Amino acid sequence: MSEIKKNLKGFSTFPHDTIAEIQRSAREGIYQIRGLGAKRKVPNFDDLVFLGASASRYPLEGYREKCNTSVVIGDRFAKKPITLDIPITIAGMSFGALGANAKDALGRGASAMGTSTTTGDGGMTPEERKSSKYLVYQLLPSRYGMNPDDLRKADAIEVVVGQGAKPGGGGMLLGQKINKRVAQMRNLPEGIDQRSACRHPDWTGPDDLEIKIQELREITNWEKPIYVKVGAARAYYDTALAVKAGADVVVLDGMQGGTAATQDVFIEHVGIPTLGALREAVDSLKELNMHRKVQLIVSGGIRSGADVAKAIAMGADAVSIGSAAMIALNCNADMYPEDYEKLGTAAGYCHHCHTGRCPVGVATQDPELEKRLEPDLAGKRVKNYLATLTLELQTLARANGKSDVRNLEPEDLAALTVEAAAMARVPLAGTTWIPGYDK
Amino acid sequence: MNFDLSKKTLREVNSYLQNIDLKSNQRDFVIKNPLGNHALCAGLQDEIKVTIKGHVGYYCAGMNKKAEVTIEGNVGTGVAENMMSGLVHVKGNASQSAGATGQGGTLVIDGDASSRCGISMKGINIIVKGSVGHMSAFMAQSGNLVILGDADEYLGDSIYEAKIYCLGKVKSLGADCIEKEMNDKEIKHLSALLEAQNIKADPKKFKRYGSARSLYNFKIDNVSSY
Repeated sequence: MSEIKKNLKGFSTFPHDTIAEIQRSAREGIYQIRGLGAKRKVPNFDDLVFLGASASRYPLEGYREKCNTSVVIGDRFAKKPITLDIPITIAGMSFGALGANAKDALGRGASAMGTSTTTGDGGMTPEERKSSKYLVYQLLPSRYGMNPDDLRKADAIEVVVGQGAKPGGGGMLLGQKINKRVAQMRNLPEGIDQRSACRHPDWTGPDDLEIKIQELREITNWEKPIYVKVGAARAYYDTALAVKAGADVVVLDGMQGGTAATQDVFIEHVGIPTLGALREAVDSLKELNMHRKVQLIVSGGIRSGADVAKAIAMGADAVSIGSAAMIALNCNADMYPEDYEKLGTAAGYCHHCHTGRCPVGVATQDPELEKRLEPDLAGKRVKNYLATLTLELQTLARANGKSDVRNLEPEDLAALTVEAAAMARVPLAGTTWIPGYDK
Repeated sequence: MNFDLSKKTLREVNSYLQNIDLKSNQRDFVIKNPLGNHALCAGLQDEIKVTIKGHVGYYCAGMNKKAEVTIEGNVGTGVAENMMSGLVHVKGNASQSAGATGQGGTLVIDGDASSRCGISMKGINIIVKGSVGHMSAFMAQSGNLVILGDADEYLGDSIYEAKIYCLGKVKSLGADCIEKEMNDKEIKHLSALLEAQNIKADPKKFKRYGSARSLYNFKIDNVSSY
């Protein structure tokens, strides 16, 4: 750094990246479209800590005493609920946004750990069905690739109302990612932008949703658990309406959740953090006496076993991971630096899923780039990552004296910030104070 | 074989029709007293004929494959939604989103269809003998929407490769939807669609609408179209 720069004071209102973005907008006249999730810092699970055991609670012995991680999903109405070995699932990511190898690898990793993976906006590929022990089939507004045969092949059905990265927004898979196979699965020409609608074509509102769920159950003989996925917007009411509509499972996706492509302004400025939304959803389920009867799966910014444990302690039954699973596949790995550079980015900063030029072969349809992701090896990385999360989760559960991870409870937590205390409704560490909460 | 929905449950009727014993010769079924039930005949998957004597609710014959379903009454939202193949014939009027996202087969509506008829259609043929409501064929991807009556506003908004043929008046076209030439090839194509359903109408009198394809790839110059 030059001597002059050392003595200069920057603008807090206009830091370098803000200046660059204003000047980019001035040059190009269009908002920024990008992939992945919010980059801004928001209150999150790092702002909570576990209290651990003490004189009043005794811990379980690590490596000796069992700590159950399995969870039954979808036993409210479905004849065939799913029993997952671990409460960590793979979130919906489309074939189209991701390549077939990436989808295959996610299925292999999830299956090796006895958990589920999820289709996305492009329909179900044979590769992911074959590699996935439990596959959740998404019913999205676009209905790309939707058909009753795949519906019946699925282990569960997820009606997507919204997603955390863009509650109220649809999707846009840019033309550069639409190769022949993706185009065929979506009944559209190659190379054109494929818009995914922001609302469903044949139902509007919760009363219609109830009837839609009835139709899905009729088509699948009432066997499949029906999930309803909502973006974190009005989590209290959305959860209640999903329960009222007959969902077996509510999937709640916080604002840190990722996407294949949408406007940066949407990612950063719409929706609320997972932490606050989770509290609202649990409140709603408890008020309806449906907590642990309708399972709650939470996603959006889950990275570690600590995040999983904290989400479960706050009342989730399971979590779902998307961006972190992609990172396990090698997203943003420090390799192929020249290809990151061609995109104008670098490992650790890349959010260029929308371009189809993914340097590590995850979010691409380019055959040469896809070769960089070998499904067997990548699947093992996903398995290892899920195994690590599970061990961390069990470690924390045992430390809090729990023989089942779902016995973790809000009373095991303390908050490190006033904001997190208010959102998660746990006391600020060292106090009994929960801001805004009058017992 | 007859079913009476005042005596049997929806699940019993649907389950029977979805799991036909193909060794049996029974292929014709009549459903009495449908009582506005939702999802009646959803998920059928064999070459059978079903006649429904009365009005039905939402999603009648949803995701139909191969079956021929006739409704002697009116239908609620989303009749034949996401149909894959077969024939669904509505002798009355249809509520909104008729044939939504349909991927194949044919939907014939003798009366009128409400808004969003053929929304996001993906290969289905829809023939409406009456008129269609606003935003019909919104984001229609492929297939044919034939309208013998009028079309309300924003017909074919953001349409992709689907074709719309309309005999009556079109109140307005949606974004990127334009009138296209009705040449000999198109007349022949429409003629075949009409003849297949024994509909007597002069294909030469129809106007054809489709995509201008100017919004297929996002361009900032088109932003006022959205």
